[in-house]
Amino acid sequence: MTDIVNWVNVGPVANIPLQGARTFQTETDRIAIFRTLDDQVYALLDRCPHKDGPLAQGIVHGHFVTCPLHNMVFSLETGEAQGPDDGCAAKVELRVIDGTVHIGLTAEQIGLRHAG
Amino acid sequence: MNHVPAALTKKPRLVVIGNGMAGMRTVEEILGRAPDKYEITVFGAEPRVNYNRIMLSPLLSGEKEFDDIVINTAEWYQENRIHLFSGDPVIEIDRTRKVVISKSGTETAYDQLLLATGSDPIMIPVPGHKLSGVVTFRDVDDVDTMLKTAANGGPAVVIGGGLLGLEAAVGLQARGMSVTVLHLAGHVMERQLDPSAGYLLAQELGRRGINVITEADTAEIVGTDCVTGVRLKDGRMIPADLVVMAVGIRPNGRLAADAGLTVERGIVVDDVMTTSDPDIFAVGECVQHRGQCYGLVAPLFEMAKSCADHLAEIATDGYAGSVTSTKLKVTGVDVFSAGDFSGGGETEEIVFRDAGRGVYKRIVLEDGRIKGAVLYGDTSDGGWYFQLMKDAQDVTELRDTLAFGQAFAGGSAGNPLDAVAALPDDAEICGCNGICKGTIVSAITEKGLTTLDEVKGHTKASASCGSCSGLVENLLAATLGGDYQAAAVKPICTCTDHDHDNVRRLIKAKELKSMPAVMQELEWKSSDGCHVCRPALNYYLLAAWPGEYVDHGASRFINERVHANIQKDGTYSVVPRMWGGLTNPRELRAIADVADKFDIPTVKVTGGQRIDLLGVKKEDLPAVWADLNAAGMVSGHAYGKSLRTVKSCVGQEWCRFGTQMSMSMAVDLEKMTWGSWMPHKFKMAVSGCPRNCAEATIKDFGVVATDGGWDLHVGGNGGIHVRATELLCKVTTDQEVKEYCGAFIQLYREEARYLERTAPWIERVGLKHVQERVVDDAKNRAALFERFMESQKTAQVDPWAERASQGVDAHEFKSLSLIAAE
Repeated sequence: MTDIVNWVNVGPVANIPLQGARTFQTETDRIAIFRTLDDQVYALLDRCPHKDGPLAQGIVHGHFVTCPLHNMVFSLETGEAQGPDDGCAAKVELRVIDGTVHIGLTAEQIGLRHAG
Repeated sequence: MNHVPAALTKKPRLVVIGNGMAGMRTVEEILGRAPDKYEITVFGAEPRVNYNRIMLSPLLSGEKEFDDIVINTAEWYQENRIHLFSGDPVIEIDRTRKVVISKSGTETAYDQLLLATGSDPIMIPVPGHKLSGVVTFRDVDDVDTMLKTAANGGPAVVIGGGLLGLEAAVGLQARGMSVTVLHLAGHVMERQLDPSAGYLLAQELGRRGINVITEADTAEIVGTDCVTGVRLKDGRMIPADLVVMAVGIRPNGRLAADAGLTVERGIVVDDVMTTSDPDIFAVGECVQHRGQCYGLVAPLFEMAKSCADHLAEIATDGYAGSVTSTKLKVTGVDVFSAGDFSGGGETEEIVFRDAGRGVYKRIVLEDGRIKGAVLYGDTSDGGWYFQLMKDAQDVTELRDTLAFGQAFAGGSAGNPLDAVAALPDDAEICGCNGICKGTIVSAITEKGLTTLDEVKGHTKASASCGSCSGLVENLLAATLGGDYQAAAVKPICTCTDHDHDNVRRLIKAKELKSMPAVMQELEWKSSDGCHVCRPALNYYLLAAWPGEYVDHGASRFINERVHANIQKDGTYSVVPRMWGGLTNPRELRAIADVADKFDIPTVKVTGGQRIDLLGVKKEDLPAVWADLNAAGMVSGHAYGKSLRTVKSCVGQEWCRFGTQMSMSMAVDLEKMTWGSWMPHKFKMAVSGCPRNCAEATIKDFGVVATDGGWDLHVGGNGGIHVRATELLCKVTTDQEVKEYCGAFIQLYREEARYLERTAPWIERVGLKHVQERVVDDAKNRAALFERFMESQKTAQVDPWAERASQGVDAHEFKSLSLIAAE
């Protein structure tokens, strides 16, 4: 992703419940950070492409999350909707360094204007 | 051939160092081939005749005595004119003079020397390993020490959850000690078993009262003179009067190395067991052959044959190495493994699980041949698989029925009906009730049975745990041919083949008490389930093990996780409980204040006679609850698969038509039932007269007052398919209303499928079914009521208070914040 301008540290992986999620509020939107049973961490925009459901509130199973509003299932790895549903939840760049979670934010998300 | 009488010639002298199984088997093989060829002398370190070392476990457990495990008695040595020096170990080999020197100073000359020095148990040099009470598990002396300590009972720790360690643990437990097994790896017997079989084995050990701690890294053995405990690196302290170190063995090659023979991990030998000195041979656990060392008995016996051939001067192909298999020698626990079962690469695997019988089989194939196998619970076909594997036989033709074992291999490949048809009549189908194939088949033919339920009814087969229902259905199909129509089982979701009823029954029957236990034992096909099965399992576990099962928040729908109703914009609605629909000025003021304080946009009266605060931000929930709690209000569970509301009319308290006190009855019922988790939402109402202003006849449980008492109605709901209640029964006293209510709810909690409301449940099972259990059978009603009240003891905790003031699930209500920008 070329428009990432900043990696921000949002704290230890351990702060995110297993098979659960936490959110992080940026200047423009909210990011859902998921932790799976096998201890992988993923981030998506906390907004279901169907009806803007808060994905962080869904049930995490395998490497998927089920939206709490209408049970659409999304891959945490790609953001793609599973099964017969169409749509893609926006993926957010994420890396884990020494047990802490870093997410990649755009200029807008950290409150900067694009220079040009 | 010229036969020279033995007496007239000097026979070559064969000296054997080691009076164990390998050495003596070799001697026996030599005697069998050439009884008079050698003058044989045997040195043994232990002061006794030779015994079967693999029988130490039954010796420890008390299933055998020493005499039972003796292989060769003193008379045998005499009869075969073998000089035995027991308790006098050889301490030196002088190869130039061709003599061995024993501890007592005896020098014995040899022409041929056979080393069978075996192996030494590994003692991990942790602090305290030399304390009294720390033993290995290698010989009869070790067993004697263990038995002496075990006589006093007390705690024992076995370090090492391998084959030997587990046998020691079971033996000590049988002798009355309380045993903890410490194992470094993630599952027991990890070299012989895969994680699934390891899990089953740990379960079985747990059932026998043996505590297994995996990933346990020993830091120290604690004690001043005698051992008192073991401390793990994570700080845990496990008390122990006895510590058995059973972490493995190391080939004993010291004598050989001192004598200048080639010794690597073990004494290096060729295919006829010759060491680097052509007059010295070695067999057993002390050797290293083609880079391999062995710790099992079968390879020793194969080595003994090759070595004997050579020493008897019989042409031999020599020893080509062994493919080994393992069996755990614990009575009642059948474990078998062979070959390489790690899988991966080009391999494919056949997995057969029969969780009801505790059977697990995994066969790893490569290029159509068996590469390895792990069997748990039913190891009768271990030998067959092992033979197929050793013979490298192409099993492609057998593949589809391979998991069923040799008995099934006669049927045509791939057809499970042929497989059951090939079973003998006395083959047991239902393990729970001991029903054989013949019994089932004759019931089907003589009584004209056509369905699984009929077979259950007539024979009891598959009527208990139900895990054999697939086999019974195959029997029905095989017996009836085309006339049989299998009832469709609707699995809970794609993670499993089980339907809801099976899962519920098996959770109880197999005492499954956690989500991972259910998923493993019931053969879940996904790693951690999905949004469909997890909430169902969580409910079934809660209902089956009240007070014991710990609720799994991550398996609950968001509403039940945060105890509020999610709305379309991601905000929540909050409904405080108003008992029976009654409120007062203090509560109303508190609600008004909360609405003002938190800018709650909508306040609405619900259909269940409550007040709903809509549009609350998630992060405000704990503070909203704190204020409502302060005014004495608790969660209204408007979000839960649980008791929702008890509506009431004003009843005899106010109404000029009222015949009973409906408000106080509603309050009493709500106080009794609030907080209980159910398969689905559950609504009640109490009307004070037959005019039924509380609309009790479209509720799950509706109470309508009459002149003489109360009519109890069940199974109603509004919604898309409105269903009016059916009359369950009439009662006269208030106490009866409560008992019938609790009993009905409990029956629903125990029998209905997750997300099945009372209306479809009663349509499915019939009102009569409910009446038989709740109305006709007073004893059963009392039992149901008691179980309900028991589960309420731990259910009636206000989830709002826990979160508002006790910090429960704080992570749910707070976003992450920035730690530092890079």
